[in-house]
Amino acid sequence: MSYLEYTVKHVPTGLRKILHLNWPLTVLLAAVSGVGFLMLYSVAGGTFTPWAEPQMKRFALGLVLMIAVGMVPIWLWRNLAGVAYFGTVFLLVAVDLFGAVGMGAQRWIELGSFRLQPSELMKITLVMMLAAYYDWLPAKKTSRPLWVLLPLLLIIVPTFLVLKQPDLGTAILLMAAGGGLMFLAGVHWAYFAVVATAGLGLVTAVFQSRGTPWQLLKDYQFRRIDTFIDPSTDPLGAGYHITQSKIALGSGGWTGRGFMQGTQSRLNFLPEKHTDFIFTTLAEEFGFVGGFSLLGLYALIILFCIASALINKDRFSSLLTLGIALNFFLFFAVNMSMVMGLAPVVGVPLPLVSYGGSAMLVLLLAFGLIQSAHVHRPR
Amino acid sequence: MRRSRADSDASHAKLSRRAALLGGVQLLFMGGLAARMNYLQVDQADQFRLLAEENRINIRLIPPSRGEIFDRNGVRLAQNVPSYRIVIVREDADDVDAVMDQLSQVIKLDPEMRERALAEIKRSAPFLPVTVADNVSWDDVSRVSVNTPALPGVSPEVGLTRVYPRGSDFAHIVGRVGRVSQADLDALEDPDAVLRIPRFQIGKINVEARQESLLRGVAGTKQVEVNATGRVMRELARREGQSGADLQLTIDSKLQNYVQARLGTESAAVVVIDCENGDLVTSASSPSYDPNLFVGGISSADYNPLLESKYRPLVNKTVQGTYPPGSTYKMMVALAALEAGIAGPDDTTYCPGFLEVGGRRFHCWKRAGHGWVDLETSLEQSCDVYYYDLALKVGIEKISAMANRFGLGIKHDLPLSSVAAGLAPTKQWKQSARGADWVIGDTVNASIGQGFTLSSPLQLALMTARIATNRIVTPRLIKSIDGIEQPSGAGDPLGISENNIRKVRKGMQVVVNDRRGTAYRSRIIADDMRMAGKTGTSQVRNITAAERARGVSRNEDLPWERRDHALFVAFAPYDKPRYALSVLVEHGGGGSAAAAPIARDVMLQALYGGEPPLEAYPTADRDRIAAQQEQLRKIQPQAAINGKDQA
Repeated sequence: MSYLEYTVKHVPTGLRKILHLNWPLTVLLAAVSGVGFLMLYSVAGGTFTPWAEPQMKRFALGLVLMIAVGMVPIWLWRNLAGVAYFGTVFLLVAVDLFGAVGMGAQRWIELGSFRLQPSELMKITLVMMLAAYYDWLPAKKTSRPLWVLLPLLLIIVPTFLVLKQPDLGTAILLMAAGGGLMFLAGVHWAYFAVVATAGLGLVTAVFQSRGTPWQLLKDYQFRRIDTFIDPSTDPLGAGYHITQSKIALGSGGWTGRGFMQGTQSRLNFLPEKHTDFIFTTLAEEFGFVGGFSLLGLYALIILFCIASALINKDRFSSLLTLGIALNFFLFFAVNMSMVMGLAPVVGVPLPLVSYGGSAMLVLLLAFGLIQSAHVHRPR
Repeated sequence: MRRSRADSDASHAKLSRRAALLGGVQLLFMGGLAARMNYLQVDQADQFRLLAEENRINIRLIPPSRGEIFDRNGVRLAQNVPSYRIVIVREDADDVDAVMDQLSQVIKLDPEMRERALAEIKRSAPFLPVTVADNVSWDDVSRVSVNTPALPGVSPEVGLTRVYPRGSDFAHIVGRVGRVSQADLDALEDPDAVLRIPRFQIGKINVEARQESLLRGVAGTKQVEVNATGRVMRELARREGQSGADLQLTIDSKLQNYVQARLGTESAAVVVIDCENGDLVTSASSPSYDPNLFVGGISSADYNPLLESKYRPLVNKTVQGTYPPGSTYKMMVALAALEAGIAGPDDTTYCPGFLEVGGRRFHCWKRAGHGWVDLETSLEQSCDVYYYDLALKVGIEKISAMANRFGLGIKHDLPLSSVAAGLAPTKQWKQSARGADWVIGDTVNASIGQGFTLSSPLQLALMTARIATNRIVTPRLIKSIDGIEQPSGAGDPLGISENNIRKVRKGMQVVVNDRRGTAYRSRIIADDMRMAGKTGTSQVRNITAAERARGVSRNEDLPWERRDHALFVAFAPYDKPRYALSVLVEHGGGGSAAAAPIARDVMLQALYGGEPPLEAYPTADRDRIAAQQEQLRKIQPQAAINGKDQA
């Protein structure tokens, strides 16, 4: 059902909308962010500066933004999907041309005091665009080749631009989120099977070619892949982080060393301790119980989003909600896998917990869209 | 656009199914994460807690030892010697300033060094050791070791530093190493982690730089457990690295030493090539500098004189310097004409002392003229007019093509820095480089190796080797790598008619051995070692018509920078060529007076493998040569003292 097909008579209006927000979800988001403030306070050695306080301010701003976005009718957001998508692609191109170079990659545009990181925004606008596309497309056309090619293009263009920055982590997230949305929209199994087989075949071919005269990559590129897969071959680079992070996790034990009692994370072993590796502090100070609780909170957020999508008869709303939830899942899944030594180190923060302004604002904005879908669902 | 209710319901059902499936996968993954967390935090907690509380794991790189460099007879030219230094590790020291104060009571600390160390500590990772005192004595090392408990994070380290036992004689071949700079790192696509070790040394110039990948080796790693004070408790794991490859050069250090001593303070270059296999036996550029000064960072008091000297000691004149080849180029013109069939060896030209071309007079160096001249005489007496005439008949394209065949105007692949290509000019080159048409006068100038023509001493020695053998001899500097012999430079036949090239060789023979030859005074008496050669004098200024009318100024009357370059190329023995060489004396005046005598001394030294007997010299010269040899003997032992290590 598309929003054109139901009467908006039963949808709440005005300030009454506030009552119809997805409050359990809002509370969960605040709880996760609260864990973040606690950890940032601890990492800084028991002070609100330099991380906890700005993070709290940003959360407050984000919360207001979320509610504001949630009050706007979802059909307006649907109509803006194309503008948002192409606007972000344009910004990515602009970053490529005029962007600042930070940490060896070109990622953000300086806008006064605010740093705009378009690749962050892209994750959301891509989901919006695809959801709007599948809302518009009649269901029976979903699996026709031409109509599969179009969303593929919509995914590949921003992925390529992000890869050029170069930001491999975000590029992979974009592809995964885009692919996931196509799957949800009902694209035929066979397409995913073909892509998976082709990918597997390509990877096999590249590795098989190693050491033969026709090898597909240069030797040093192979060595990079080696350290990517097995960080212990680069003991002072990626491997150092992983070893230290595993020690921190392990030393936490069942219940942890207690709040502000972690030693590993405070000894400057981890240069990214307030951003990408913040989970190690939590796991060291609150142990398995603390880590598992955070994971539980994340799981509840995902479940509430799925539930909200399932009761929503509007196709755009469902797809958008599920897509954003998938994005959120990918964030913390990749970060936690990396910290626990299951995945290579790529720069992906722990959502709502890691210190970082633009990531948090964008996430809360995205949850605002979920709220809007929830409030304006057909009844 | 309304869709049928059934259609909508079907698509919503499908969406719900897939959403449930994807949700299930997500939950499964989270379950996996929880299991992993359980494994790390509960199952293995004891092991990790121990590691975290009692000890800390530190991973350190073991720098590989750099390959050494030897001459062809196994004499060490670059070696590694142990040196001690004191390092500090920030994460173990806690309060770096306090520890430094403590340290300064134990040993003497250079304040400037201390500043630099503090700055470096701020920049580098907390676990990386930073040097606070370098090249310290063994006494200081033991004093620090005794006081370790009071000095957390401080430890003595032994490292290898590069030493060039032969000092300045090999600076322009072996080159030097230095501290890795940001520019070095930026230049690399994929910098090795070992380069980030503080004080790691990287090749900066010449063989050290060009063979960096061979010489450096591969770093090893060790995992060590350290206790709270930073003391290494035990080594957990060790992966050995691989030391760099040893290189053996084709250079004969004895001859190289002799040549550098013989050149003295003269601004000059000498290249000696083995005619058979292209081995560079000597490549001397003078004056030179001591590369050891650069290894630890050179002071400006040492550096500025090197930079400002008008003799340019930092420039490798053998391959980097290019000069107008002057009359040594005449062999190329002669061979181009002979091979094209335009002139025979017996054809004669009349030299009145000048040739008029396009309304301009081109003078012969001999104002009175040489009269009737054939090929042999033209080389012997270096008649310019003969070659003006010949070049106009052959044309510049054929001359330059011939020069290319002999290795001039071509960049040769040698592991040295800034190898210059020189220039054998063509009409097309002038059009694209200068945007002007080739004029007839350019051909006339090129015929005597002036004008646009440029060659390096290496190229001239190579040309001579190719004349001597009629083969495409290519220069070789690396004799073997880790004992594996490298391909020889003996090339395929050059393909010049043997008759023609023999005529040119004969002409070069009479230059030295005929009474009227320009280098007669520098002949070798010993019959089986007779030398063939060619003098060259290249102008670095224009001679105006007014000056010519007054009488051309003598070189001795000119300031040094405006005097002519003196050149000489030669090979010997004439009957069975073994060595080819070139000598260039910057602003030395005439080739026959300034360059040829050096060439003879070097050639004899090479042929005899040491100091030649006086009998090899003409009787009249023997007293002077004896005195000169006496003089040089006084210089050379000094070189041997520098090189303590005689392999």
